[in-house]
Amino acid sequence: MELVNIFVKSIFVDNMIFAYFLGMCSYLAVSKKVNTAVGLGLAVVFVLGITVPINYLLENYLLKPGALSWMGAEMAGIDLSFLSFIMFIAVIAATVQIVEMAVEKFSPSLYSALGIFLPLIAVNCSILGGALFMQERDYANIAQATVFGLGSGVGWFIAIVAIAAIREKIRYSNIPGPVRGLGMAFIITGLMGIAFLSFSGIKL
Amino acid sequence: MSTETTVQEKAPKAPAKPLFTAKDRKLITDPLDDDNPITVQVLGICSALAVTVQLKPALFLCMGVLFVMVFGSATISLLRNLVPSRVRIIVQLVVVAALVTVVDLALKALAYDVSKELSVFVGLIITNCIVMGRLEAFALANKPGPSILDAFGNALGYSVILIIVAIFREFFGSGSIMGFNLIPQGFYDMGYVNNGLFILPPMALILVGIIIWVQRSRNKKLIEAN
Repeated sequence: MELVNIFVKSIFVDNMIFAYFLGMCSYLAVSKKVNTAVGLGLAVVFVLGITVPINYLLENYLLKPGALSWMGAEMAGIDLSFLSFIMFIAVIAATVQIVEMAVEKFSPSLYSALGIFLPLIAVNCSILGGALFMQERDYANIAQATVFGLGSGVGWFIAIVAIAAIREKIRYSNIPGPVRGLGMAFIITGLMGIAFLSFSGIKL
Repeated sequence: MSTETTVQEKAPKAPAKPLFTAKDRKLITDPLDDDNPITVQVLGICSALAVTVQLKPALFLCMGVLFVMVFGSATISLLRNLVPSRVRIIVQLVVVAALVTVVDLALKALAYDVSKELSVFVGLIITNCIVMGRLEAFALANKPGPSILDAFGNALGYSVILIIVAIFREFFGSGSIMGFNLIPQGFYDMGYVNNGLFILPPMALILVGIIIWVQRSRNKKLIEAN
């Protein structure tokens, strides 16, 4: 039950885009068409679902104060948490690279669908944000961390597909010149964010 | 701290240091308007929106980004002929992550409350697309001198938007700027209420949308074809 709660919460209440603005850059840049938005969204779900648990293991068995106690009592006092940024980002960059190669080998069709988006994901803030929120919120076990990663990814997916759909439709409207394109995307995202605020009262 | 930032902001506008050629000056002034990282290049939006509830954390984040961008650009620009292009992303990320760790530890030591307030967003400077974007687009192909200027200019362009958004959000959302109350108590007694919507995330997006609107109606060449 706890897992379902975390999943729903990370999709709607703590939505990466509408509550924390993470991954905004690619969200705005790649949301002109629904097809590409679906591709990027899937890639983000995929990578978040893999990197959050890996970083969870790193955090708990290497970086946290006292995390090294499995190597013996004298190592228990070591605190490597100042290394966490470098470790997390290295894991993310490496995972993205490996995922890219694996997808290319085993599923060429998915690879061509995701295309250039896979390498881009290494610098998508929502991936590192997922790792950092996982660190901050101190999930109890790896299952919770994985579910949190997947849920955040799904929330991001929903957001980007929704705005891509709106932007495809809005192309036929007569918008004042200066606010056309990027400006309108910001304002629509703001309005969608207000809609998503209605989830914030839900206690899970 | 705030005075430092405002001095830095004015510096590029005062022209005619013989040290800078016209081209160098353009590297700094362009990102302030025509090529603004946030409103034109669409880089670095995540953190711009999330930390602008109040002016103080926004200023600290701007300084962090400025530091990371200038030193990151200098380092990558010096390394540009040594790094094979296949591994360049990882090299860039590691350089940036190391610099961000410095910023994070410095903030924790010097301004602990601000560091708590910024929480994950200091770490997220690493994936702030503005840093990576300028490294990829400029520092990888240019000498250290121009790269530093470009990084400096882009960090300023980023800071300008952050500061504008933060001033609006703090003034209307909490009735203060830099934590000082600006709206007299009399107004509150007469029934004035702070606009809570400005504190919520969506308003930051709408404000940036309005800034883009104002900028593009002044600067017609930025208008997008539909």
